[in-house]
Amino acid sequence: MDHLSQLNTGISILELTYIVASVLFIIGLNKLSHPLTARRGNTLAASGMGLAIIATILFHQKDGKPIGNIGLILTAIVIGTIIGWIIARRVKMTAMPQLVSFFNGMGGAAAALISMMEFPHISPELIAKSGMANGHVLAILLGLVIGTVSWAGSMIAFGKLDGKIGDMRVKAMKYVNLSVLAVLIGFIVYIMSRNVQASSELTPLIYVMFVISVIYGVLFVMPIGGADMPVVISLLNSFTGVAAAMGGFLYNNQVMLTGGILVGSAGTILTILMCRAMNRSLLNVIVGVFGGGGQTNIGATGTVKEISLTDAAVLLSYSKKVVIVPGYGLAVAQAQHICHELDKLLGEKGVEVKYAIHPVAGRMPGHMNVLLAEADVPYEQLIESDEINPDLPNTDVLVVIGANDVVNPAAEDDPSSPIYGMPIIKARDARNIIVMKRGMGKGYAAIENMLFFNDKTRMLFGDAKSTLQNLVNEIKSL
Amino acid sequence: MHREAIFIVILSIFLGIEVISHVPAILHTPLMSGANAIHGVVIIGAIIVMGHAETTGSMILGFLAVVLGTLNVVGGFVVTDRMLEMFKKKK
Repeated sequence: MDHLSQLNTGISILELTYIVASVLFIIGLNKLSHPLTARRGNTLAASGMGLAIIATILFHQKDGKPIGNIGLILTAIVIGTIIGWIIARRVKMTAMPQLVSFFNGMGGAAAALISMMEFPHISPELIAKSGMANGHVLAILLGLVIGTVSWAGSMIAFGKLDGKIGDMRVKAMKYVNLSVLAVLIGFIVYIMSRNVQASSELTPLIYVMFVISVIYGVLFVMPIGGADMPVVISLLNSFTGVAAAMGGFLYNNQVMLTGGILVGSAGTILTILMCRAMNRSLLNVIVGVFGGGGQTNIGATGTVKEISLTDAAVLLSYSKKVVIVPGYGLAVAQAQHICHELDKLLGEKGVEVKYAIHPVAGRMPGHMNVLLAEADVPYEQLIESDEINPDLPNTDVLVVIGANDVVNPAAEDDPSSPIYGMPIIKARDARNIIVMKRGMGKGYAAIENMLFFNDKTRMLFGDAKSTLQNLVNEIKSL
Repeated sequence: MHREAIFIVILSIFLGIEVISHVPAILHTPLMSGANAIHGVVIIGAIIVMGHAETTGSMILGFLAVVLGTLNVVGGFVVTDRMLEMFKKKK
């Protein structure tokens, strides 16, 4: 029957499908990086995945044996599809970062499971020929370690973003982490240097490695603070890519290789781009020197001035140009819809309203755009910080809603500040500034914001959603 | 046999870098989410391992691996689509 699935060139239908799927992944990723084609890119990549899955079930053979247990496999796929679909459809847009982290963890866990199951079945001929020190064993061990770290780390990141787990910062953490990593590498070297007849003799070691990898994944993410979470998720995302690619080595499977490595490298670049947007080095993020005690506080000089709702309503209604700077505070309060109502109301009064979007506003780069798009704010009204900064001196009122670090002038003034050098929205250039905030708490970076003490700044304390609602009512009754 | 694999790996690394290095910040989140779905390709390995599983223990683990891999694929693509859908209804 072999000639049926074999074309003249010797390329099987399976390999051909894998090539098509890989090409679809590449085109998909490429289209995903342009706003107009992004959605189609996602669909293309998904169809590539579908093709690869179907072809594997139909045509894959190992030592001449086709895929068995098809009933169980299809059941598992149906279960995964239903659960994945429901979660992905139901979760609120503000919880998007957690969700990506959760799905990422699932992929990592799958990679780790594959390694655990394949390890005892390494072919005795291979071991007789080259001992345990071969690429096959290395791929299994790395798949196990990277997949597990990605899974455990993603679950911790998920818990942190969901507010279920707090930060844990201990100075010695860095050294503990490095030693755990060293132990893991030690295990790999030890296993690969063993002289055994069958790999199954070493299986217990695999379980020990799994446990240590879980510990490493937890310790790796624990000390990393809120503002750095997106970078970590992106990094773990590329880890899972590499873990999937290890499976590609294992089975000599081209589509797993291309898919995994593409995500591994694209994920790494994305991680670096995100770091750059925050003016942080990847090493700093991982070692975790951001925020927390240590740095000198200039101290609160001057006084904070409040503004009444009525005054704010009048000020906004009689302005020509208003710029809104949304931050994560707006997202947590689920206030994006009412915020859009405010900008429509002002628009009807002839006020020109724009949104200034900092690249790292929200919990992930681009997160704020997704949230505002959810509230139907037109795409054209969202302006990136570099573009809007020159326009700010002509802006009558700048309204900061639940944002903090992205408008902190310390990034320009104070070389000792941990955020020094981070590109910011130059809020203080505007003629008037209204800051909506729950209280005088600090941002994720835990540093004082001198903008709040600026002469031009007026504070409007309260929950973003109710404050905005009151403001809208006030403007309507003017 | 691993020689061609290394060939594929090196080319893929450069492709990955080239393909996304000009992405605007607003698309970082959807792109990360889309890439997240693509590494769900690990499901292929899960299917292979499950397809050749013989003992009950390996069947349970394999079943779990396929479920988790599917979660990654389906959840990843659906969530990305949901994000991008919002960008579309701007008019």
